Amino acid sequence: MKPRTRRFVWIGAGLVAVAAAATLILSAFRSNLVFFFTPSQVYAHEAPQSRPFRIGGLVLGGSLERVPGTLTVRFKVTDTAATVPVTYTGLLPDLFKEGKGVVAQGAMGADGTFHATQVLAKHDENYMPPEAKAAIDAAHAHSGAMSMPSLHEARAQ
Amino acid sequence: MIPELGHFALIVALLVAIIQSVLPMIGAARRDRALMGVAVTAARAQFGLVALAFGCLAWSFATSDFSVANVAANSNTHLPLHFRLAATWGSHEGSLLLWSMMLAGWGFAVTVFSRNLPQVLRARVLAVLGMIAIGFLLFLLTTSDPFTRLFPAPPEGRDLNSLLQDPGMVAHPPMLYMGYVGFSVAFAFAIAALIGGRLDAAWARWSRPWTTVAWSFLTVGIALGSVWAYYTLGWGGWWFWDPVENASFMPWLAGTALIHSLAVTEKRGAFRSWTVLLAIVAFSLSLIGTFLVRSGVLTSVHAFAIDPARGLYILAFLAIVIGGSLTLYAVRAGAVGAGGDFAPVSRESLLLGNNVLLVVALVSVLLGTLYPLFVDALAAGKISVGPPYFNTVFYPLMAPLLFLVGVGPVAAWRRAPIPELWTRLRWAAGIAVVTAALVPVAMGRWKPLVALGMLLSAWIAAATLSSLVHRLRHAPQRGLTAKLRANAPAWYGMLLAHLGVAVFVTGVTLVKGYEVERDVRLDVGQSVVVAGDTYTFRGVAAVPGPNYDAIVATIDMTRADRHVTTLHPQKRTFRSSGQVITEASIERGIGGDHYVSLGEPITGSGASGAWAVRIYVKPFVDWIWGGCLLMALGGFTAVADRRYRLARARRSEPAAALVAPT
Repeated sequence: MKPRTRRFVWIGAGLVAVAAAATLILSAFRSNLVFFFTPSQVYAHEAPQSRPFRIGGLVLGGSLERVPGTLTVRFKVTDTAATVPVTYTGLLPDLFKEGKGVVAQGAMGADGTFHATQVLAKHDENYMPPEAKAAIDAAHAHSGAMSMPSLHEARAQ
Repeated sequence: MIPELGHFALIVALLVAIIQSVLPMIGAARRDRALMGVAVTAARAQFGLVALAFGCLAWSFATSDFSVANVAANSNTHLPLHFRLAATWGSHEGSLLLWSMMLAGWGFAVTVFSRNLPQVLRARVLAVLGMIAIGFLLFLLTTSDPFTRLFPAPPEGRDLNSLLQDPGMVAHPPMLYMGYVGFSVAFAFAIAALIGGRLDAAWARWSRPWTTVAWSFLTVGIALGSVWAYYTLGWGGWWFWDPVENASFMPWLAGTALIHSLAVTEKRGAFRSWTVLLAIVAFSLSLIGTFLVRSGVLTSVHAFAIDPARGLYILAFLAIVIGGSLTLYAVRAGAVGAGGDFAPVSRESLLLGNNVLLVVALVSVLLGTLYPLFVDALAAGKISVGPPYFNTVFYPLMAPLLFLVGVGPVAAWRRAPIPELWTRLRWAAGIAVVTAALVPVAMGRWKPLVALGMLLSAWIAAATLSSLVHRLRHAPQRGLTAKLRANAPAWYGMLLAHLGVAVFVTGVTLVKGYEVERDVRLDVGQSVVVAGDTYTFRGVAAVPGPNYDAIVATIDMTRADRHVTTLHPQKRTFRSSGQVITEASIERGIGGDHYVSLGEPITGSGASGAWAVRIYVKPFVDWIWGGCLLMALGGFTAVADRRYRLARARRSEPAAALVAPT
């Protein structure tokens, strides 16, 4: 092979490899993106029925209950405008508390309950998961210039 | 007084950094020895000053001087001394100061260990390091002053984030930063070479040990972070593909590619422009990683908007460093020249394959990490890219790379005929196939992915050991010691690091394949059987710690009616913040860990109620970190090579043929 031909072979092989890698990455990317929806969006049926997604907001005060004798818990997630019932089986993270921010990943069941496979609550006490905060902010923006229906209200219910 | 001294030292350090970056550059252009000589003095002075500033901050933390805002926000008198000292780098400001000190430290090391460098190159390398230092010191002084006073001083500090009160906090950030910042030296060498237009085998040889050491520190740093997450978060995971982890993993991938491409540049003079580009990329990713984590952009892209001064500074700094160096690269890389020719199957082409795979992997991580941020910043919705994405992309990319790890070191430079390779590697191939067939059976359940993982790890281990045997058998010396001594430490370092990869892959494969995770509800006295072992819950007790109150559970683990161990998982409630932290209890073993962590009380309270308990069996999980340590050890061994110390004596011969026009 002449050096020139060889160079073309190299470049060709490189392009094929890069194209293959790009295809792999982008297809994996598309099928594994997890979208985020606020309880209001879920309430308005904007969330997908078949595909997993994330919801975020506050754990509604007084909504946490345990199915006796199991590790299954039920609670409600609210963005102060709408609430979504959630069930989850397993250990809850340390920072999971009523009235605090939470993000859950899972899918909607036929019963209108969100079946969480993962409950996230992160690093420190004052930290609000960004998605949870966004959900509440969005709900506030939506309801207009209402006086801040704060965390206390959510807790008091 | 002490904080003001630290602040003042930082200001002087900034002035020194300006001198360090300007005068030697001019000196190098004019070949003025006196001006170039300033570089060494300035770099040493800078280290002294920044270390003094760091010492002042550490002192303020040690003595709990709450009139310093940073101390008041991140420390507390009830915090044990080692955590008060670690709190020095617990905040944004403190960690940037640590970064700056590491940078100055690496500059100091360059002045000590690079006596053999041509003066022009050394002056330019130190000048580039000085420029980076200007960027960081200016950032510290203008937007993130760690010494700001608080008046009136509060009687008590707010405390270090409870999650950070862990031995991991003492060791993990300094190690990680040593790695991050260490790539600045490789970067400085690359920039200096681009400016001088001289980028040859000698350059690669000088640059190699610095890169390898930085990479080794980064490896240890990432591994420490992984261990820490494993035992402290109570989830038993060792890698989450969290953006914070990815931020450290991306420079590691680039650094790994760089180490291998430097080898080609040193030995064969090839890949020169590519090597330089990788050096720039590795350091740029270190910078991006630091700022991703430190700027708060990961918590929320809107953190930038809350503190626009910091955000803008960071963006401008990144633009100058990355844009500037890439522009310089675009202008000068042509002058640097291509390299020697090589056949489609040769060590060069295999290392090229290694580089392509690593860079593609890097791009995939970059995409998965930054894309959600972009989408959020453009207000196009909120998305997350989780472990499934990374797993789908990563395994297909890593499998061929691991295959290459076995072949590369055996292949000859320039041309490696496949029949010859086969003769050398057939034993390794046989061992790999047998291992792949046997291990899943021995573990009790056949799984194709486990077989693949074991095939690759056994392949790497067997191929690596067979090249050791081959070398020793064909060495002309008599006696094993003489034969062993005939090989260079760099070569042994490579073997060790590759064995580390094999150990790491074994750990990952077996954990992924056979881990057992059970969340159970246990009453006092109740037992559960997990993976053949019986765990009996004996109840909980309240035990006060130094600055927290713990609920400590007692769980007996028995196997075939024989008592194995008693585990004590804890729930710690920190007094100052009220934050609760789960502390797992782990029975470690070479064959795997038994991991127990405590959930929440389910019925009643106090000592009598039932608790949610998480029981994990993690086969061979410690091999993951063992493998990382071996890789790092390999890196440190390689650096001990004599040829790096003999740089001056040797630099004329192989380099002469490759010198590019200046």
